[in-house]
Amino acid sequence: MINNYLILPVIAHLFTAVLLLFFWRRTVAQRIISIAGSFIVLLAAIGLFTRVWNNGILVMQAANWEAPFGITFVADVFSSSMVLLTSFAGLAVSLFSAAGVARARMQYGYFPILHFLLMGLNGAFLTGDIFNLYVWFEVIIISSFVLLTLGGRKAQLEGAVKYMALNILASTFFLTGIGMLYGITGTLNMADLAMKVPLVGHRILVDVTAIFFILGFGIKSAVFPLYFWLPSSYHTPPSAVAAIFGGLLTKVGIYALFRVFTLIFIPDDFIRTLLIILAVLTILTGSFGAIIKRNIRRMFSYLIVCHIGFMIGGLGLFSEVALMGALFYLFHDMIIKTNLFLIAGLIRQQRGTMNMEKLGGLYAEYPRLSLLIAIVLFSLIGIPPLSGFWPKIYLFEAGFMTGQYILIAAIIIGSLVTLYVVSRMWADVFWKRAPLDDTSPEDRFKRMGIGKKTLLVTPIAFLAFISLYIGLGAENITAVVQRIASEMMDTTPYIRAVLGKS
Amino acid sequence: MEILLVILMGLLYAAGIYMLFRRSMVKLLLGIMLLGNGANILIFLLGRITKGQPPVIDEAAKVFTDIYADPIPQALILTAIVIGFGIQSFAIVLLKRVYVLINSDDLDDLNTPEDEDI
Repeated sequence: MINNYLILPVIAHLFTAVLLLFFWRRTVAQRIISIAGSFIVLLAAIGLFTRVWNNGILVMQAANWEAPFGITFVADVFSSSMVLLTSFAGLAVSLFSAAGVARARMQYGYFPILHFLLMGLNGAFLTGDIFNLYVWFEVIIISSFVLLTLGGRKAQLEGAVKYMALNILASTFFLTGIGMLYGITGTLNMADLAMKVPLVGHRILVDVTAIFFILGFGIKSAVFPLYFWLPSSYHTPPSAVAAIFGGLLTKVGIYALFRVFTLIFIPDDFIRTLLIILAVLTILTGSFGAIIKRNIRRMFSYLIVCHIGFMIGGLGLFSEVALMGALFYLFHDMIIKTNLFLIAGLIRQQRGTMNMEKLGGLYAEYPRLSLLIAIVLFSLIGIPPLSGFWPKIYLFEAGFMTGQYILIAAIIIGSLVTLYVVSRMWADVFWKRAPLDDTSPEDRFKRMGIGKKTLLVTPIAFLAFISLYIGLGAENITAVVQRIASEMMDTTPYIRAVLGKS
Repeated sequence: MEILLVILMGLLYAAGIYMLFRRSMVKLLLGIMLLGNGANILIFLLGRITKGQPPVIDEAAKVFTDIYADPIPQALILTAIVIGFGIQSFAIVLLKRVYVLINSDDLDDLNTPEDEDI
């Protein structure tokens, strides 16, 4: 069945971006169009999610070419929930950008590029063709290059060189993997690949191809030996950009890993062990990096790396319970990491610095705002009823069932270090008396009008509310991740929906 | 013909990776370009190098009876070349801007101890 509805989240961002190009210098109009566009995409994403949830997998064949020959777009529960979470984060960042990004940046195309980036993300989540996934990845990285360098300060450009080199390298590995995959199977459609890859006799060639995919997606999602570009570039752009990067860009790599390794290459013992080793090392290096950093955004960057390990570990365990834990963590992480970088931006507006040594006294000055931020930080740590807690139960359960005690130990260490660095940050930034220093810049936040203040605080409150819902409404989220995990363990409905036969 | 292309592809990959390990930014860029071309040739090779065998089915036959030149890898390479062109031109401009700012071609000089920004 042709279902053109599912392409709407991609098309709506495209139209928003094109419309924004016509308002190149008029920043007020750009802000309004961007927020409206993100809101429309959010409505479309909610509609898509409810349709997929009620009616099962939706498929669209581009230009009506039948499945293995044309480009297929597929929305299963996994894709549509990723699109939904991206739309939440996108709306929050649109709102925050309206007040938190300098006017000069807006005049050089900040908003159009932001929407091209979001379009690329939605496209990557919805495509059912491996080469098309590559093209969406390129849309994402070229937009992210522009967002990262917009402004052209020295630190930004230096961070961009590292980011660019490793991301292009990742794309090359990914392309090599695609080439080999086409060579051994003769198809690019993911559902068709799912049927043909298990039939290949030469298993070593399949494993080598799988390694190329791990390398490519691993660089993009900042997995252990290849994560260096992330902490050395994510602290340089404006906070709204860092929020999109931290919340969504690494997660699209995780999405691709989950998609490829549950559909095309079913992990054998070798790949599983490899993924678990990578997960343990990612968690440890990320958490140790977070301990030594005294700049808020650098610390959050290392926390991203640390928490990526939790999801890779869940994939490496490869049981239904483990996938449920990893997916739950993924959902929680997308919202919370976006919010953390927005909070860092807010603190920067209030104090003019992100160095913890120079910060302090925020709780005395903004008690209600601090309580809101405390909710987010508690969710990040995973204080029981909040959102970071539930996925770990599933991960522990799966770890004990398969006897992977080292991974369990790593997750516990990662959680403890998260607790330690976040409580230290709370003490330094919120409770400590502000250091007496005449050179400290004035409070830009205080001088803002009520409209701008609302634009800065609303997205944080909005995302905090979603985090609260993920934690307190864990029952509903569990139902979603359980369905996704069962779809991953048994891919026949996906294949049948795409190829239209049993 | 194929063996020549295989050797060429191996050389491109090897040279690309060697260049990536250098400290110079220009060599980094060249390495990225060489790797991209290596990947393109890999895909091209997988589409079977055959001369004068278009993928057109005879009127009498239902399926291909003979070996044929697969058009899909060629379409993939075209896409990859266009994307690579765009990204590489961005990379060249970026590296030029960085060179103007830090006045050095050495990747080790990219570590300004900056602290505070936007």
